[in-house]
Amino acid sequence: MRGERHGGPARGALPVVDRQPWSDAVDAALAAHRDTPGGLLPILHAIQATVGHVPPAAVPVIADALNLSRADVHGVVSFYHDFRDRPAGRHVIKVCRAEACQSVGAEALVAHACRQLGVALHGTAADGSITLDPVYCLGNCALAPAVQVDGTVHGRVTPAMFDALVQGLRGGTA
Amino acid sequence: MTRVFVPGDSGARSVGADAVAQAISIEAGMRGVKVEIVRTGSRGLYWLEPLVEVETAAGRVAYGPVTPAEVPSLFDAHFLTGGAHDRSQGPVATMPCLVRQRRVTFARVGVVDPVSVRDYEAHGGLAGLRKAGTLAPEAIVDEVTRSGLRGRGGAAFPTGIKWKTVLGAPADRKYIVCNADEGDSGTFADRLLMEGDPLTLIEGMAIAGFAVGATQGFIYLRSEYPDAHRVLERALAAARDAGLLGADVLGSGRTFDIEVRLGAGAYICGEETALLESLEGKRGVVRAKPPLPAISGLFGKPTVVNNVLSLAAVPGILADGAAAYAGHGSGRSRGTLPVQLAGNVARGGLFEVPFGTTVRELLERFGGGTRSGRPVRAVQVGGPLGAYLPAQQFDTPLDYEAFIAIDAMVGHGGIVVFDDTVDLARMARYAMEFCAIESCGKCTPCRIGSVRGTEVMDRLITARDAGDLAAVEEQVALLKDLCDTMLGGSLCAMGGMTPYPVLSALRHFPEDFGLDAPVAAGRQG
Ligand SMILES: Cc1cc2nc3c(=O)[nH]c(=O)nc-3n(C[C@H](O)[C@H](O)[C@H](O)COP(=O)(O)O)c2cc1C
Ligand code: SF4
Ligand code: FES
Repeated sequence: MRGERHGGPARGALPVVDRQPWSDAVDAALAAHRDTPGGLLPILHAIQATVGHVPPAAVPVIADALNLSRADVHGVVSFYHDFRDRPAGRHVIKVCRAEACQSVGAEALVAHACRQLGVALHGTAADGSITLDPVYCLGNCALAPAVQVDGTVHGRVTPAMFDALVQGLRGGTA
Repeated sequence: MTRVFVPGDSGARSVGADAVAQAISIEAGMRGVKVEIVRTGSRGLYWLEPLVEVETAAGRVAYGPVTPAEVPSLFDAHFLTGGAHDRSQGPVATMPCLVRQRRVTFARVGVVDPVSVRDYEAHGGLAGLRKAGTLAPEAIVDEVTRSGLRGRGGAAFPTGIKWKTVLGAPADRKYIVCNADEGDSGTFADRLLMEGDPLTLIEGMAIAGFAVGATQGFIYLRSEYPDAHRVLERALAAARDAGLLGADVLGSGRTFDIEVRLGAGAYICGEETALLESLEGKRGVVRAKPPLPAISGLFGKPTVVNNVLSLAAVPGILADGAAAYAGHGSGRSRGTLPVQLAGNVARGGLFEVPFGTTVRELLERFGGGTRSGRPVRAVQVGGPLGAYLPAQQFDTPLDYEAFIAIDAMVGHGGIVVFDDTVDLARMARYAMEFCAIESCGKCTPCRIGSVRGTEVMDRLITARDAGDLAAVEEQVALLKDLCDTMLGGSLCAMGGMTPYPVLSALRHFPEDFGLDAPVAAGRQG
């Protein structure tokens, strides 16, 4: 179930006084959206877009700014699959596991991807290059199986094509 | 200068459309030929993507699927004047897979530059909004009601009736919310429209705003669609520039604007009340109804929540009249349905047809069998909460009531095709697993039942593979009990309809569960 995958709340985290590497990003996200009605998701998206994840220590900062409890903010961060509480690899590959992709071999492709990267789903390769996430439909179901690499969709992906994609990511600069 | 059209749609891009566009531009440069490359949406004929079209004196001519390596040979074959080539698909106007459709909502998709208001108007856009600007709100609502339009998001509720409730609810603010969460596997019509003709959606939302007295719209877009996000933002900017959004929409004196908000990877946020919670910045937990969103929706205000396709059908209804739209269809399912053929199908894509077309007609006339070349064994219609149909049910017409009559649902019009290697017990297990992953957690039958269901299916599959009939029967009884509990004790269709794929698989394919037929039958994959 949701909320149980990302560990517990940021227990005992103190209000952050010291600046952190992510503080500017959090400030910018708050400045842009704190007065937006229902602005918490845009704030979290903005933080993750710059920092790469939502640092647990940023939760109290966000909660303070929005006049919410930490539990509220933590609850939102942990509810949505998109938000990470720790950094991902330099690239993120999302492999579709949904029915249309399964009908043309998605399960085998997922197994291949895990073997190839030496990870389970949600894991990051040991060299930190790639995080492998499952996704449930990319809207490319007529060209299945589909994977999304850093936001770009690839269709009719074979294991060999997957390997080529990985090689491209590892060969290039992150 | 010759205009060449290459889709910028994410599906077309997923099989190399960008590289093809680039190759055409480079080759043209080397040959000193002037071409203007227009990135359109996709026609939805995905087996032909990348599908390149050229504007010739005799109309548009198509070539596909084109690889970058083939581009020089296209120039050699004089494709810029419609010359013959191995990849020729002939004049677009006579392509059978398009001629056999009834493109109403998708008439402009694949044709126009998605973010050009001028192109949009030249192809009939804005007539509906102009008309709406001359009508009283009640008259707009009445037109939509008489068209027979029912919500395309799955529940098939009459759109006009919903709007009437919002119109009649007194409030200082009202909202139009477009449900662009499109989470169902096998569906991509919303994405195709948003990437290919977003101005139709924008126009539809503005008309909805006029109809109910709302000045602010939101498009709740799933984060899995970054391309659609980019196109929508560009289209919204173009719409504001052209005065079709803002303080004085097309000189009508009425105000309307739209903001895009991104989801964050939660299937349940497609459910309208969870969506509203999410828009309010909260966890996407389903709300109990009543109150209906039409009375107390976003931030407690009366809110229209409609699917992309429902809203996109509205401009045409206003422009051409309710009767024209209602003239298509069968029974109480009026108009057209953009059907999406997906999965193991030779010709996957979007085919807009009148309601009443049968599954078999779609598979035969458009789908052309499986991609693997093996026999079709099952289709799942209506996404992860939809039933699995065996071949004996393929003559069912796509019609909301006809599907309900066979314990299935049309939903968002997605049809996923499986060949004879499919293991329906595994698919039933997946349905339970998906529910466990995506449950909002509010009701026990859904939250816990789906976890138990996954475990039961694991034991059932083990027993099946061991040929232990007694153990299979024990697990089947447990599975049916669980499904009963989920059907009766769930607040929304996530828990309430997960039993549909599970029980339909069990009913129509018992041999996959180790019942009736020998264990090995149908599972040779
Ligand atoms: C679990 C679940 C997921 C849903 N997902 C979507 C979706 O992705 N898109 C959608 O338009 N409707 C979805 N719906 C239906 C909406 O709750 C709602 O009926 C619809 O947005 C209303 O718009 P319409 O009347 O235009 O169909 C979903 C419903 C449930 C129960
Ligand atoms: S049925 Fe499931 S998804 Fe729907 S409200 Fe209950 S727990 Fe949430
Ligand atoms: S099911 Fe994989 S892209 Fe839709």
